[in-house]
Amino acid sequence: MKNHQPASAAAPIMDAAAIQRTLKRIAHEIIEQNADLKSVVLAGIPLRGVEIARRIAEFVREIAKIDVGMGVIDVAMHRDDVGTRAQLPVVRASKLPVSLETRTLIVVDDVLFTGRTVRAALDAISSFGRPARVQLAALIDRGHRELPIRADYVGKNLPTAAREQIQVRLQETDGEPDTVWLLKE
Amino acid sequence: MNTRWSRKDLLGLRELSADEINFILETADAFKEVGTREIKKVPALRGKTLINFFIEPSTRTRTSFELAAFRLSADVINISASASSLTKGETLKDTARNLEALHADILVLRHSSAGAPQFLAERLKSSVINAGDGAHEHPTQGLLDLYTIREKRGKIANLHVVIVGDILFSRVARSNIFGLIKLGAQVTLVGPSTLVPREFEKLGVTVSHKIEDVLPSADVMNLLRIQHERQRKEYFPGIGEYTALFGLTRERAKLLKPECLIMHPGPINRGVEIDSEVADGLQSVILDQVTNGLAVRMAVLYLCGGIAS
Repeated sequence: MKNHQPASAAAPIMDAAAIQRTLKRIAHEIIEQNADLKSVVLAGIPLRGVEIARRIAEFVREIAKIDVGMGVIDVAMHRDDVGTRAQLPVVRASKLPVSLETRTLIVVDDVLFTGRTVRAALDAISSFGRPARVQLAALIDRGHRELPIRADYVGKNLPTAAREQIQVRLQETDGEPDTVWLLKE
Repeated sequence: MNTRWSRKDLLGLRELSADEINFILETADAFKEVGTREIKKVPALRGKTLINFFIEPSTRTRTSFELAAFRLSADVINISASASSLTKGETLKDTARNLEALHADILVLRHSSAGAPQFLAERLKSSVINAGDGAHEHPTQGLLDLYTIREKRGKIANLHVVIVGDILFSRVARSNIFGLIKLGAQVTLVGPSTLVPREFEKLGVTVSHKIEDVLPSADVMNLLRIQHERQRKEYFPGIGEYTALFGLTRERAKLLKPECLIMHPGPINRGVEIDSEVADGLQSVILDQVTNGLAVRMAVLYLCGGIAS
């Protein structure tokens, strides 16, 4: 989905400054919720979740002077809809610390929607090992959950209609200025 | 989403574009990582049925496909048939009917006749993966060789790849030649003139009958197995003579650049096409090829088998 120019019915919901402020707040919350910050691993879901995790880690370093662990969880090969869609998702390598047993894994994604991506991520994590706990951070929670999943850290709650779309654009992943768009169909 | 792959079958590398080959290799990168997990299994092809249909004997290719399918959570059935009980044409058609009746999603076929996979691919809704057809192609072997070169050398373009052996009857050589040329490598074929005729130069490769000439400039030496069970007297000089003229002996290996990779599709005939010491040496990536074969086959099964029918 490489829609460079959002449709005319697109409205910007967050700009670059708002996104940075939000991620900084999430960093504060993560520090507050995790007494043992050294055990925390931020694992982003490609593409944008990885970049968001990197930015949160930078804020944590700035605020708490601690380097949290970093990881990548690719969910494409754990999805439950292979063969039902016309195009296959691109699979990428995951990367998590060798031993997860004592770690707090925070899954990071740009938009939380049906919860199916997070379910696939939980499935992927279990093939790497058994983290002490798993938490979830999302820049946008747009509702419409189809599974019993909720986020521990939410950047912005954004009630949407099912037919609307949320598009997150980040400089590093899209080559466009940081923006969250609401696309009305 | 990807728009780089839309094939249900993998029949050969000849018909693939460079981008399609690169896409398979990139997908294989992702699947290689699965092999490093505590639980080496993903649900990508859950509920799909794969039939390994090997009309010619094979242990490593069949096992590799089987393991690749297990790691993708597909169900696997192995069927083998003795070549003597089968005649082409009608039998293959019957085979196709039976496989359709079993609702197989993916058919992995090894056959002694060139074109058999294509014959079935055109008649079946299932994905057909060529696991070697006669002297035609062995695309997954070609892909795993490309993958290994790319992994070890960081690129394929402009490398000098030397393929030594019985090129005339080798499907491994053909798949390698098509893939390497598409990705920009420079290819030299080496072997006796009966087995490496000049006609191959039409494919865009160089032909040489003297191995010493190419050793110093080689970036990759790919030594094919001498298939003595297939050799006919009029083509082949005899094993001792072959080794004397074309074997990668310890002495010849000294002429290679230190970074030159030594590859072999296996099984190795130690002391025939390659000296034991060379096969086990630091430059040898023969076992990496086996590991990479698994990742490449997972990628191919995922890409072909995951396409919605």
